[in-house]
Amino acid sequence: MYATNYHRASSVEEAVGLASEDAKYLAGGQTLIPTMKQRLAAPSDLIDLRHVAAMQGIKVEGDKVRIGAAVTHAEVAASAAVRGVCAALCDLAAHIGDPHVRHMGTIGGSIANNDPAADYPAALLALKADIITNNRRIGADEFFAGMFETALDEGELVTAVELTAPAKAGYAKFRNPASRYALTGVFVARLGDGSVRVAVTGAGSDGVFRQSEMEAALASNFSADALSGISVDPSNLMADLHATAEYRANLVKVMAKRALIAAG
Amino acid sequence: MASVSMTVNGKAVSGQCEDRTLLVQFIRENLNLTGTHVGCDTSQCGACVVHVDGKAVKSCTMLAVQANGSEVLTIEGLASGGELHPVQAAFKAHHGLQCGFCTPGMIMAATDMIKRHGGKLDEKTVRDELDGNICRCTGYHNIVKAILAAAEEMGSTRQAAE
Ligand SMILES: Cc1cc2nc3c(=O)[nH]c(=O)nc-3n(C[C@H](O)[C@H](O)[C@H](O)COP(=O)(O)OP(=O)(O)OC[C@H]3O[C@@H](n4cnc5c(N)ncnc54)[C@H](O)[C@@H]3O)c2cc1C
Ligand code: FES
Ligand code: FES
Repeated sequence: MYATNYHRASSVEEAVGLASEDAKYLAGGQTLIPTMKQRLAAPSDLIDLRHVAAMQGIKVEGDKVRIGAAVTHAEVAASAAVRGVCAALCDLAAHIGDPHVRHMGTIGGSIANNDPAADYPAALLALKADIITNNRRIGADEFFAGMFETALDEGELVTAVELTAPAKAGYAKFRNPASRYALTGVFVARLGDGSVRVAVTGAGSDGVFRQSEMEAALASNFSADALSGISVDPSNLMADLHATAEYRANLVKVMAKRALIAAG
Repeated sequence: MASVSMTVNGKAVSGQCEDRTLLVQFIRENLNLTGTHVGCDTSQCGACVVHVDGKAVKSCTMLAVQANGSEVLTIEGLASGGELHPVQAAFKAHHGLQCGFCTPGMIMAATDMIKRHGGKLDEKTVRDELDGNICRCTGYHNIVKAILAAAEEMGSTRQAAE
């Protein structure tokens, strides 16, 4: 790891004030520190977000859910309040990495990083969540802009995620057994207004995406049977040593069906 | 350089280190507590697991400065009064190790999982909970056995104490 300067921010304003072109926010560090150890990142300064009170905590009021950006995967997994309105989100958080990673890793860090195989991007895209930053609100459709790319400006800080509880939702992930990331993961949701959204992670060559064919098929029949006629086109899917694009195409369908069964 | 202070195994410690110093380096090199191991450089093996403020974390994936002001528990802090912690005793009794390299991390992960599950564990849960701890020797079988036995024993002592 190259030398760096550590700062512990205690408020959103302080964190944003410390930001600069060569600085990086440090949340759980479960992506950033391994990357720095490999010398693939060399920020001049690190701005620790774990002590910013305004970025902590989960609030559920009726069907409105607000999760602070510095909330860990373990906290979401264990939240009875979130489980009451969207159990799929808790189950997703409970299967990120391993227990030690979940004790540190945060929802804000996960979505700001937007790894093409990360779990949260699929959930937030399917649930039509809003990403709240220090100066604006960004819809998930706009936020996830491609592989490791987001709509965040330089130095912009994610402070929270807000969403409305869905009528039904489910997530299924085929784990890469070595990394625990999604080889393919599918989050399905039927929102309160009746619309259906299907988001796929781990498979797209440009990061998380919505599967519109499935969304159309599920609009009238929100069940695994509705997908039997669909064949997923592999042409825009990722291929690597773990799986071919064709294999991932098949996984998209299998995971979507499992997610629908989980949604009940 | 940063000055860090933390409580390690119940004792207040402080020291100087670079901002980039990993918690595991601080524990091993500044404090000479070499029971916490480093088995990889990709944050995957779990040989470095310690508890920070009561939670199991990978000390190779946290900076020492991040733990400034925290309470840290390492493998050296588990036994009390010369008596092995029930999880340590179970690893010994059930032969839950061969070379022993992964063992400190395994035991710290095990004590954390037993605490979170209130002693109620089954084989599948233990295996899932060991996702972040790799053992190249044992095939895990006796590690799982040891953790189940320790969970049961700790559960029954808790009941007896109630
Ligand atoms: C062994 C292992 C297994 C894993 N398995 C999975 C898995 O199965 N699924 C999965 O989804 N992930 C997995 N991860 C990644 C994990 O979920 C990380 O916690 C997450 O990707 C990043 O969150 P963090 O809080 O650790 O962020 P950090 O590592 O601290 O930061 C990541 C990036 O986001 C930026 N950032 C952080 N917070 C903010 C913010 N609030 N606003 C703006 N920018 C910010 C940082 O500057 C940095 O560039 C795994 C990690 C490890 C080490
Ligand atoms: S040394 Fe920390 S996970 Fe391998
Ligand atoms: S006993 Fe050798 S690595 Fe686990």
